[in-house]
Amino acid sequence: MIRISNVSYAIAGTTILEDIDLAIPSGGVTALIGPNGAGKSTLLSLIARLLPLSSGTITLDGLPVDRTPTRALALRLAVMAQEGSVASRLRVEELVGFGRFPHHRGRPRAQDQAAVAEALALFDLEALADRFVDTLSGGQRQRARVAMAYCQGTDYLLLDEPLNSLDIIYARALMRTLRRIADDRGRTIVVVLHDLNHAAAHADRIVALREGRLVADGPTGEVMTTATLQRVFGDTIPVAEVDGHRIALHFV
Amino acid sequence: MAERGWTSPKARLLLLAAGAALSVLAFMTVGLKGGLAFALELRAVRLAALVEVAVAVAVSTVVFQTITGNRILTPSIMGLDALYSLLQALAVFTLGGLGYAMLPATAKFLGEAGLMALLGTALFLPLLSRRGDIPTLLLAGVVLGVLFRSLSLMVARLIDPNEFAIVQSARYADFNTLDATLLVPCLGLTGLGTLLVWRARHVLDVMALGREAAVGLGVAWRRSATALLVLVGALTAASTALVGPVAFLGLLVVALAERTVGTVRHGPLLLGAMLLAVILLVGGQTILAQLLDNVLTLGIVIEFFGGLAFLILITRRRR
Ligand SMILES: Nc1ncnc2c1ncn2[C@@H]1O[C@H](COP(=O)(O)OP(=O)(O)O)[C@@H](O)[C@H]1O
Ligand SMILES: [Mg+2]
Repeated sequence: MIRISNVSYAIAGTTILEDIDLAIPSGGVTALIGPNGAGKSTLLSLIARLLPLSSGTITLDGLPVDRTPTRALALRLAVMAQEGSVASRLRVEELVGFGRFPHHRGRPRAQDQAAVAEALALFDLEALADRFVDTLSGGQRQRARVAMAYCQGTDYLLLDEPLNSLDIIYARALMRTLRRIADDRGRTIVVVLHDLNHAAAHADRIVALREGRLVADGPTGEVMTTATLQRVFGDTIPVAEVDGHRIALHFV
Repeated sequence: MAERGWTSPKARLLLLAAGAALSVLAFMTVGLKGGLAFALELRAVRLAALVEVAVAVAVSTVVFQTITGNRILTPSIMGLDALYSLLQALAVFTLGGLGYAMLPATAKFLGEAGLMALLGTALFLPLLSRRGDIPTLLLAGVVLGVLFRSLSLMVARLIDPNEFAIVQSARYADFNTLDATLLVPCLGLTGLGTLLVWRARHVLDVMALGREAAVGLGVAWRRSATALLVLVGALTAASTALVGPVAFLGLLVVALAERTVGTVRHGPLLLGAMLLAVILLVGGQTILAQLLDNVLTLGIVIEFFGGLAFLILITRRRR
């Protein structure tokens, strides 16, 4: 369980997050949605201790993220930040292998190599394993970064806009994979998504932010309504139901 | 992933090691005449000094570049060795030439090295928020370098002209007149620093991915960066104390090492940079002294090619 209490965050006097109270239960896929600049990445970075917490508390299975040794956290939580300049001259397999660092601290063992092989297979990267990361397309690189976070083998997996620059087939494949990871291995996945329909189709819960405030938090079916989306995005988004799927008609 | 045969990093490192061994052998034997024991001892001392400088410069440059997220800027380009000269000038100024000269050399050096480690860390830690932003870092480095150099010049003017010589000798790279009194403490410090960096080589691999990725992988970024910057300061002191500032040596050897060893892993990269630095300094000194009769000094040659490498890297920078 990720418990966020009274969290506010400001940069140079500008409020970015205001009084966030939120509990993300263990297991399942939680989608984090909201307009650009709502504070989704900031919240994710605070949970993952990539930004310093200035007020409020965040705990992960009871451990305060700002006071738990960073190495202990790395064994429980993996994060893929939104923008990652990937170091050049690294091969895909090496990049993904870095996900194992918290486990082996530089001396990979057999189980680490097995985990890397599994991650490469899971994200369809085997054919790219020997390629240098800086020669990949944006979507391929994005998949390699997700695979690296997955490879860390943690209970909690935080992904900031993993669908960025993925084509429709890979986007769907990634969401299905995340779903499977959550279902089969009991992982807790928190994923920032821009596409409401991916959230609707694959997430158990949706958390919505707007202008630094929490405006919705509940099971996917409850959040995917025209009324709630109106509160989140400040605009009317019709929601239709096709073959039992809620679909936001945000493109018409 | 692992390349094998003659293209693997291991094979390339072996070649470099052979080159370094050859350089050392040539340095010790070519043109030997007169009292053999005396000449050998003299050369051994100078060899130790050259190797010490090579290792200290190579290691500090690799570490500094990884922490600051580029392969162009080096501690000396950022003005760290100018800071050392400034500290020396200040010490001579406050203690007087005689007072300064009378202090035990080892204690003096260790004090200066400690101060360098502290000041260097205090200067560069705030700059780490600009990690990877080469134009800004470069600008900061140029400003700091000019500041330290002009300050030490200013202090030097305030010093009695006779005492000025002490400072003067500390401001130019000179591989012919090494300060042998400091050899033992410099060797010790470099050995210790290199050992600590070597043990952190896997952490350096992770830090090269950037702050966020490294924290995500459980590296205590600030603590590691601070500790490593302390080592960079101490290692820079250890090389500057012996031969004076060498602006582009580090840049040259790391750029060459990265291309020769063909991996960004810090284990092979550190070894490659050290070996290349030994080849350049020891081999270069042998060639210049024995074959070219010292028409050129090693300092000038290295600065020329290092400066050239700097220009090439700056203009051909990807991204
Ligand atoms: N370093 C920063 N300095 C100033 N403002 C920032 C900084 N980082 C983020 N912000 C602001 O914080 C707000 C939330 O940003 P972010 O969390 O990235 O939003 P989201 O991920 O929801 O698009 C935005 O208005 C953004 O402009
Ligand atoms: Mg964002």
